[in-house]
Amino acid sequence: MISPAGIRTISIQEAVHGKNLAVAHENRERFGRCGILAANLLSSPGAGKTALLEATLRDTHVSMPSAVIVGDLQTDNDARRLGRWGATAIQVTTGDICHLDAGMVQRAMAELDLSSLSVVYLENVGNLVCPTSFDLGESLRVALVSVTEGEDKPLKYPGAFKWADLILVTKIDLAAAVGFDRDTAITNLKRVSPAARILEVSSRSGAGMEQWYETLRGRLPARERKP
Amino acid sequence: MHELSLMESALRIATEHAAASGATRIVSLTLRVGALSGVVPEALEFAFDVLREGTAAEGAELHIQQEPVRARCPCSPDELFETSGPVCLCPRCSEPTADIVAGREMDLVSMEVETP
Repeated sequence: MISPAGIRTISIQEAVHGKNLAVAHENRERFGRCGILAANLLSSPGAGKTALLEATLRDTHVSMPSAVIVGDLQTDNDARRLGRWGATAIQVTTGDICHLDAGMVQRAMAELDLSSLSVVYLENVGNLVCPTSFDLGESLRVALVSVTEGEDKPLKYPGAFKWADLILVTKIDLAAAVGFDRDTAITNLKRVSPAARILEVSSRSGAGMEQWYETLRGRLPARERKP
Repeated sequence: MHELSLMESALRIATEHAAASGATRIVSLTLRVGALSGVVPEALEFAFDVLREGTAAEGAELHIQQEPVRARCPCSPDELFETSGPVCLCPRCSEPTADIVAGREMDLVSMEVETP
């Protein structure tokens, strides 16, 4: 369409996320070929992602060799905490960027010996908004919400929960102390994300953790082992 | 503010298309943004204002088409219903549905360019 002024309209019809989606697709294929479960963990800061992973590595790293790619704006504190359990933990410091993207994960994957691993945890930057828009190539998306955050968190920040395959209600050992209204919280989660599985866990007391581990084991893909 | 990253991608796609078509200037961009895309239109506009400077899109206008959520409920699988989300309740049975057909998109639809 050309107008007299030399202005014309070009149809593009392209996803703005296209480049990220293409890299995410490569990551997903590669994880799949290596028989690796890639789990993207999303939550607000302080919901207990790192504590969950510390307990998980302690209890399962021997039976399910694991690595963690962890995103934070600054510091490698989380990688050091996670490294204690013998798993490789790669810190991605995102600087001013509020989320992990597929390219960051791909660069970190290059540092891992994928042939030796069963699970790679992608611990996203603590943020319930921005990370939800970026596919990392995960096969399992896990959203965490702690009992200290209030029952209406899933309604206020629905994106993180809406696309999750699994939702972990964390810190349930503190539920009574903070007057957590469990029924309201679960109802809200189911309204936002009717298909997600919901587990209630405490990394500290161990409550519910065995179900989380069982879920992970059940999601391990069949192995081909061709990195 | 992931809208900055997204707008950066949108502008990269636009300037590539503009260069490929021999355009000298981008006059306007049209984006389609679904209600569940996780993107705030106002933040996109802000990002566009900041990022267009010094590119072929300097001075360009941004048009945002906001799209509703389209979903399906098992109670009436042959029809789609529209909602603004994020809680997608079926208008027939009032149950929330997980079968979201559209509403996550964030697409660069088209642009107007000036050619010599």
